[in-house]
Amino acid sequence: MSPKAVEHAIADRRPIEISPRVHWIGALDPDIRTFDVILKTANGTSYNAYVVRGSEGVAIVDTVKEEFADDFFARLEAVAAYDEIRAIVINHLEPDHTGALPELMQRAPQARLYISFQAQLMLKALLKRENLEFTPVDTGDRIDLGDRSLEFLHTPYLHWPDTQCTYLREEEILFSGDVFGCHFCDPRLFNDTCGDFRFSFEYYYAHIMRPFREYVLRALALIEPLPLQVIAPAHGPILRDRPTAYVGRYRELAAPRLKREIFPGEKTLLIFYISSYGNTARMAEAIYAAAQEIEGVRASLYDLTGGETNSFADLLEEADGLVLGSPTINGDAVKPIWDLLSSLTVIDMKGKLGAAFGSFGWSGEAVRMIEDRLRGLKLRVPLQGVRVKLIPTPEEIEECRQFGRALGEELMGRRANRVIDMSELLSSNA
Amino acid sequence: MAKATVTFADIGVTVTVPAGTRIIEISEKVGAGITYGCREGDCGTCIMKVVEGWDNLTEPSVLEGKVLRDNYAGKHHRLACQAQVLGGDIAVKPA
Ligand SMILES: Cc1cc2nc3c(=O)[nH]c(=O)nc-3n(C[C@H](O)[C@H](O)[C@H](O)COP(=O)(O)O)c2cc1C
Ligand code: FES
Ligand SMILES: [Fe+2]
Ligand SMILES: [Fe+2]
Repeated sequence: MSPKAVEHAIADRRPIEISPRVHWIGALDPDIRTFDVILKTANGTSYNAYVVRGSEGVAIVDTVKEEFADDFFARLEAVAAYDEIRAIVINHLEPDHTGALPELMQRAPQARLYISFQAQLMLKALLKRENLEFTPVDTGDRIDLGDRSLEFLHTPYLHWPDTQCTYLREEEILFSGDVFGCHFCDPRLFNDTCGDFRFSFEYYYAHIMRPFREYVLRALALIEPLPLQVIAPAHGPILRDRPTAYVGRYRELAAPRLKREIFPGEKTLLIFYISSYGNTARMAEAIYAAAQEIEGVRASLYDLTGGETNSFADLLEEADGLVLGSPTINGDAVKPIWDLLSSLTVIDMKGKLGAAFGSFGWSGEAVRMIEDRLRGLKLRVPLQGVRVKLIPTPEEIEECRQFGRALGEELMGRRANRVIDMSELLSSNA
Repeated sequence: MAKATVTFADIGVTVTVPAGTRIIEISEKVGAGITYGCREGDCGTCIMKVVEGWDNLTEPSVLEGKVLRDNYAGKHHRLACQAQVLGGDIAVKPA
């Protein structure tokens, strides 16, 4: 089919052939500009759904957003009858892929629903239906459609707990859900005939997949061994030209970026501060110098006023520890600190060392607020941060140095074992 | 009140606690590497490995058992937001 013919067929609500047994039956949404609150798209998106025909029945893989259900059903009816449908596979429960599911289940009541075993707890909350019958599946499970079969890959957290990929081995087609997808709407549909979507692909990865880097690596370990003719994602172009290049790109994006520059055994500690009269800055320098003295610690010091928050995200993704210094202004830490912290939602910070410090005038809320936020972002915060009233005295600078050394030792795992009573913990955090 | 100890093996801190304490009540305060999401036994973020004193924690509920299985948790894993100390010595670390 020529690109023009594809375009016409889509406009006429006809299905698009990927292979004689596999059709696209999704929908285009050229007008959407904001997706899931957090994503922008310059030219809309698509909701890709697919039909697979085996000698002993038909399977549907994913549906579309509810408002596009008519498109989906019209295309579906052109390739299959409802009573032929044996299986409905949902790779991801988000409403952009399950909008037409309740109606599809009404029209094909004999069809079995297959979802990831991690989707079970969410299904009811999402579809608001009792007694829904489904088969939970895991890596290695498969559905037999006669001369075609579907195998499941459990790929959780890409980007919801329930996400999975479905592989049609006889044709080497991977229905990958949101993985390898992007918000890019082009009626030519295939990656070798549509416009340049590299930007959208990278942007989608950065915002949707990057927070789950560890899970991306686990999913790649399942996907990379598969022979691939086509990757059929749930959004954006169908990747039939060099599909493995996109798998390779995910591998590059998920691989640690700076590891080569760090010596084995070394740990990195990033100290960010902001300071109006230099008091928090002086504390920062003392902490930095002392942490740097601990063997194995590679500390770096940054004034947040001198950088774009986003460019620090790459550094933080690789860092082993993060220390933030802020004065208290109007009962709060200052905005660049919160901006930096909110940029961390796109990277995996789980279990890293976190700490805070700062100068204040009379109430000094900032440090504890930052510590709470760091805990909320799943960093561990073992050391209570140093707070100094106005200009640090030499004794207080020494306290900062001790704090810096303790952070360095904590980072290197060299702090002596301690025994404490729970009551001390409760009182010290006042 | 019966006393017990909980050791956070990843950071080498031992805390003496009264029986009935949940791990979540202390692990964040000492800065152990166990992390939390929902804090109510639903999401599996807080899965920890119990390296010692498995029997000194309350039995997992049916729901906790399900969340552990869904996350492929091993035999000696528990949800830190759910497990409560019964007594004796316990050692845990992030899963
Ligand atoms: C990109 C994205 C990320 C999400 N991350 C989480 C999450 O980390 N934890 C969670 O409980 N729900 C998460 N959700 C689910 C939403 O909170 C859920 O769909 C909610 O019902 C949306 O509410 P709204 O309709 O008011 O936007 C996420 C949803 C999206 C689209
Ligand atoms: S924090 Fe969600 S299960 Fe414990
Ligand atoms: Fe999604
Ligand atoms: Fe999606």
